[in-house]
Amino acid sequence: MKTVSLTIDGKKIETRHGEKILWAALENGIYIPNLCGLRDEAESVASCRLCFVEVVGKEQAVTACTEMVTEGMVVNTRGAEALRMARSGFELLLSSLPMDCAHCVKSGSCELQKIAHHLNIKLKSKRFRKLLRELPIDDSSSLFTYDPNKCVLCGRCVWVCRERLGVGVLGFANRGFQRVVTTFAGEPFGESKCQECGDCVSVCPTGALTFKNGKTEEE
Amino acid sequence: MKMADLSTITSAFQEIKNRAESHWRALYDSGKPVIMVGTATCGRAAGALEVLKAIRGELKRQNLNCPVIEVGCMGHCYAEPVVIISKPGYPSICYGHINPVITERLVKEFILGDNPCFEFVLGALEENDLVPSFSDFPRAKYEKRVILKNCGHIDPTEIDHYIAKGGYSALVKALQMQPEQIIEEVKRSGLRGRGGAGFPTGQKWEVCRRAVGEPKYVICNGDEGDPGAFMDRAILESDPHSVIEGMIIAGYAIGARYGYIYIRAEYPLAVERVQVALRQARKLNLLGNHILGGDFNFDIRLFQGSGAFVCGEATALVACIEGKPGIPRPRPPRMATRGLFAKPTAVNNVKTLAFVPQIINNGTDCFAGTGTEQSKGTAVFALAGKVVNTGLVEVPMGTTLRQIIFDVGSGIPGGKRFKAVQIGGPSGGCLPEAALDLPIDFDSLTNAGAMMGSGGMVVLDEDDCMVEIARYFLEFTQRESCGKCTFCRLGTKQMLEILNDITQGRGKIDDIGMLSQLAEDVKAGSLCGLGQSAPNPVLTTLRYFRDEYEAHIKEGRCPALMCQDLVAYYIVPEKCERSCDACVGTCTVEAISANKKRIKVVDQEKCVKCGTCLDACPPQYNAVVKLSPPSEVPGSE
Repeated sequence: MKTVSLTIDGKKIETRHGEKILWAALENGIYIPNLCGLRDEAESVASCRLCFVEVVGKEQAVTACTEMVTEGMVVNTRGAEALRMARSGFELLLSSLPMDCAHCVKSGSCELQKIAHHLNIKLKSKRFRKLLRELPIDDSSSLFTYDPNKCVLCGRCVWVCRERLGVGVLGFANRGFQRVVTTFAGEPFGESKCQECGDCVSVCPTGALTFKNGKTEEE
Repeated sequence: MKMADLSTITSAFQEIKNRAESHWRALYDSGKPVIMVGTATCGRAAGALEVLKAIRGELKRQNLNCPVIEVGCMGHCYAEPVVIISKPGYPSICYGHINPVITERLVKEFILGDNPCFEFVLGALEENDLVPSFSDFPRAKYEKRVILKNCGHIDPTEIDHYIAKGGYSALVKALQMQPEQIIEEVKRSGLRGRGGAGFPTGQKWEVCRRAVGEPKYVICNGDEGDPGAFMDRAILESDPHSVIEGMIIAGYAIGARYGYIYIRAEYPLAVERVQVALRQARKLNLLGNHILGGDFNFDIRLFQGSGAFVCGEATALVACIEGKPGIPRPRPPRMATRGLFAKPTAVNNVKTLAFVPQIINNGTDCFAGTGTEQSKGTAVFALAGKVVNTGLVEVPMGTTLRQIIFDVGSGIPGGKRFKAVQIGGPSGGCLPEAALDLPIDFDSLTNAGAMMGSGGMVVLDEDDCMVEIARYFLEFTQRESCGKCTFCRLGTKQMLEILNDITQGRGKIDDIGMLSQLAEDVKAGSLCGLGQSAPNPVLTTLRYFRDEYEAHIKEGRCPALMCQDLVAYYIVPEKCERSCDACVGTCTVEAISANKKRIKVVDQEKCVKCGTCLDACPPQYNAVVKLSPPSEVPGSE
């Protein structure tokens, strides 16, 4: 297999030809904030807009999940411009979330906490005004709870349900600020065609989909 | 193409052309006056269908058997409904602001009699000694009609009219060329995409031709959604075959098998006329298998987009046709290599495609001979807003904004002062008076912070508040955001919240800094063109009209007296007439009463700021005024 060598944050890396910067970095222990990406997706979703990195020779910061590696590429994940964009995007996400870590079962394994730590941002950031939607929580499934208020709309659950499992219970509805992950016609999970495999819960980076009864993610 | 095919094609087309020309000549050879009514959407909105009915009715009553033809939009939308009468012995005369009553007079006095009714004349189509012609208008000096030349002069539902005017001859010429040769011609002409971004068309086609994958597609993007823009609609309604011909040539050049015309469902007339046009083209074998007997197969389908601004973005548009939600995806892969159904696809704007037959027919030099160094040819603008001559304008690239607004558009109505021009819709920006002498092309507009966009041009005068304009456009993009990516979904929402605060008098001085920072981030961070350009109205108003933002925030004052929360209505006691009660009667909330001296006073607590008192106050008194901030009202806190 053809390989490509590049440098990320000063570290020399060999990776597959055609690989995206994000996966090359993560595989080599270099963390780049990300929410929407899943390794086996054929095409990047590129919706969370957090994985900004700087590539030498490029004027603007680029998203690591869409940028393909090239031979001799020099990537800086901690450049000022990349961090500014990632922080801005992350703080926008935070502005739409309730941030109640003390009462959230996801606390400790939540991707948002990890990103906040990485970007050195307070989870209770006050830079933007809070814009909450106060959507009803769906507790009807026997296996998990869905709290759309904690959803970052990364779409991982939609993808696994539809593409990996071929079930398609989950999908996106509405436009703009009202966009939401939901079942068909918004029916409760308990009454939907959900087979309760729990894969959506496993891929959820936040506390939007959590197992009930203190069950942790099945390995 | 083989030589045998070539002679088949030319002779097949010659037959079609002969028939079309005799059909067209028959219109005028009868010796009867020919009446044309502009029934595009702009005309219909002004009552063209009633005029059409009235003309037909009156002709019948008078027992006259003159041909009455529905034509598209001539571009003089300010004068709709428009009627053109070509009577033997007279020049073709165009009448404006026609209604059924005037119609009757025109029939009785001009068609039956000899009085051309000068009082209703807009202009003659050709130079003559009787009435001033359009070419005598000052605007004629600046206009150059290339893709609008047929609009308003032919029946868009008659393919023969288009062919008689030279239509489809470019296709025949193109079919005798090598596809690479056509691409070379288009490249040499310097044609850039008229959808907004200005990507070189020939280059796009070349990538698409070389890309691997079959079948290839050509898509015509007719999802015109900018508020105030109506160029594509007018062309699709007035001259649909020019777009279809351009598409077939594009298809031949890139080696495509199918084409899609994507038209928004909110353009029912355009949909209808394109459908008719496609049927007619198919019937004459200008579309379908073995076009004109040659070996090129190409057919076009019409796809109706249903109501999302973001579907004008090429990747979202393609998703729609595939039956998926109209949501953009990251690029690359580019459309030209991986587009519709993952096949190479050329997505071109309506106007871009309409230029193609002109370039093939008249040569690249003719096209490249007009325009500026980097932007060749002409540009079509939809002139709207506070301008006397609203309508469609086609001018060479490099014409200045001042020439378009003041010479072609005849300036601002009501003696008001020009303030800004909003170009390119929600993706564009507001340019101030200082930018009026800017020669317009793709690059000059981008450098000024605006964008060519699809060509919407909304003129704003002193009564328009620039903060409110920015807020309006942001509210639009925010509502139309698909919500997929973080910056567009949440960034535009945050920006809108700030702008709402400023226009409602709750703005804080830090808001300006926050707004421009957010705008830059949304621009740089969004996934697709909608989000990347959504902050432009905010960025340009901040750049050119910062003082208005500051007045709102620091003084609670709206300089244009437009933001309701920052104005108050006040009746100047010295001007108020004791015996007049006009304002009292019209006030919907009984907020106006007369004091002991019979001077009228507005109760600011009750006033809902509807402004009816201002309109009601007779002009000889002019006693009602708007004040901002509301504390300017004498006696208020």
